Amino acid sequence: MKKYTHVINVGIQNNLTYRFNFLARTLFGLIPLIAMLYVWQAIYAGKAAGAMVGTYTFAQMVSYYLLTTLIDALTAVNEDDWQIAADIKDGNISQFLLKPVDYLAFRLCLFFSGRLTYIAVAGVPLAIFIFCLRHYVVLPADGLAFVLFLFSTALTALLQFFMSYTMAMLAFWVLEVSTFIFILFAFEYIASGHLFPLDILPPGLERALYFTPFPYQLYFPASIYMGKTGGMELAEGLAIQLAWVVAAYWLARLAWSRGIKKYAAAGG
Amino acid sequence: MSEARNLKSSAPVFALPASRIRRLGSIIARYGRIYAALWKNSVTRETMFKGNFLLWIVVELLWFGLQLCFVGVLYLHTKQIGTWTQWQVVMLMGASHFIQLTFQAFFLVNCVNLSELVRTGKLDFLLLMPVNSRFVVSLRQVDLGAFVNAASGLAVMAYAGRQLGLAPTFTQVLGFAVLCLAGILIHYSLMLLLATISFWTVRAQGIVWGYYNLFNIARLPDEAFHGLFRALFTFAIPMLLVSNVPVRLLVNKLTSPIPLLLLILMSAACFAVSELGWRASIRRYTSASS
Repeated sequence: MKKYTHVINVGIQNNLTYRFNFLARTLFGLIPLIAMLYVWQAIYAGKAAGAMVGTYTFAQMVSYYLLTTLIDALTAVNEDDWQIAADIKDGNISQFLLKPVDYLAFRLCLFFSGRLTYIAVAGVPLAIFIFCLRHYVVLPADGLAFVLFLFSTALTALLQFFMSYTMAMLAFWVLEVSTFIFILFAFEYIASGHLFPLDILPPGLERALYFTPFPYQLYFPASIYMGKTGGMELAEGLAIQLAWVVAAYWLARLAWSRGIKKYAAAGG
Repeated sequence: MSEARNLKSSAPVFALPASRIRRLGSIIARYGRIYAALWKNSVTRETMFKGNFLLWIVVELLWFGLQLCFVGVLYLHTKQIGTWTQWQVVMLMGASHFIQLTFQAFFLVNCVNLSELVRTGKLDFLLLMPVNSRFVVSLRQVDLGAFVNAASGLAVMAYAGRQLGLAPTFTQVLGFAVLCLAGILIHYSLMLLLATISFWTVRAQGIVWGYYNLFNIARLPDEAFHGLFRALFTFAIPMLLVSNVPVRLLVNKLTSPIPLLLLILMSAACFAVSELGWRASIRRYTSASS
């Protein structure tokens, strides 16, 4: 265990050298967010006062986007998938085959330290931004919802990581993994609720999305926080989310063990 | 560059217009030949990785489809954004995609690669060539797949135009083409400026990422925005003009010619600023590892 805390430590120091990169990323990232809020404001302005879109008032809609930005900062895979793919391609993983260090655990520690540093750097501008919009911020439905929201967000982070890890394993078989990563990312982007809350979709389409892991990558924790999911539905949702995490973990392990058999240690 | 300079020094102070035109013609012909050679290189490069070439086209198509889905979802819940109706916004998305991908086809890779050229010092070789260095840095590589995707933007525009029952006149189409050129010039000038940051900080990987965040605003209807944000993205980073104005011309949404003039003016201004930035950057350049 001690060696992995060491990895986290090194990871944090490594990531801190990119603190300005992180800061620029956060600030640039606010621009499309602001643009999105303007578009929604224009849509609500065209309606009668107090009108709703789906089950959302304007304040709730703003809260939704702020919340997804926050969850994204906490859980998104930044460069981990590119780095893993590069490690495989360049033969850097050879050393892990010799050392008593598990590569998946090693990468998970680096992912964790990356998120920690990102939050440390992005926290201030994000907090200022949310403070500026405080009149629109909706508080969590209740204390329990907030606790479950945090739990679900943690599961989201794991799901994000294991899925990216599995995708990066493609580097064992193909030369260029970036196109595949971008294709998956496109589906994630629309089906996880980045662009709009999923419950403003036609009900049939929304239900269909729940058969994929995508809603559990972002929308689900947000819906817990906003009190859109509760009771039996919530317990069931958490169980499904957990099942997806386990499945993604299993797939990641499987892809690794298959890949390693094909591995030729190019340049390593 | 040097050839141009030689021509200039040997020319009489008041050259005859005819001979001047001939010289200009020969310079243009020379750059045309250079650019044709660059095209040939790019085609050869793309044919080496055919699978990858096709996959990138699919990636772009997917992202474009996704944006259109977003419009579809928005208009499930509203009839208009400002005065923009659904098919007008689809038209806007198509035009925006067309402009952005045409820019991408000619310039984007080259702007992105600039930071790598600076970091490795390979820029030396380009600066030594007897051609205008901005020309060769900006146009070295052509992204052929982007042309296919630019065409998909046009196809979406044509479909939206049919839905709107548009019958654009020849002047409208011509005006649209000119405004698109101005928009491409703005994209290119701003991207080159962004890329020249790499002369100051060597690690500039975030450039493309910043680019997508900034430039995607061009896909949204201008009327949604107001206040400081709108002023910023009209007069400083004119993203709200780039595709909104050409589409307004096509769908008869222009109430005065001011936006047209503003777009043309801003494109000239952006180009001038990027030229200043480029010159300042080149002056700062101190090679690497050579």
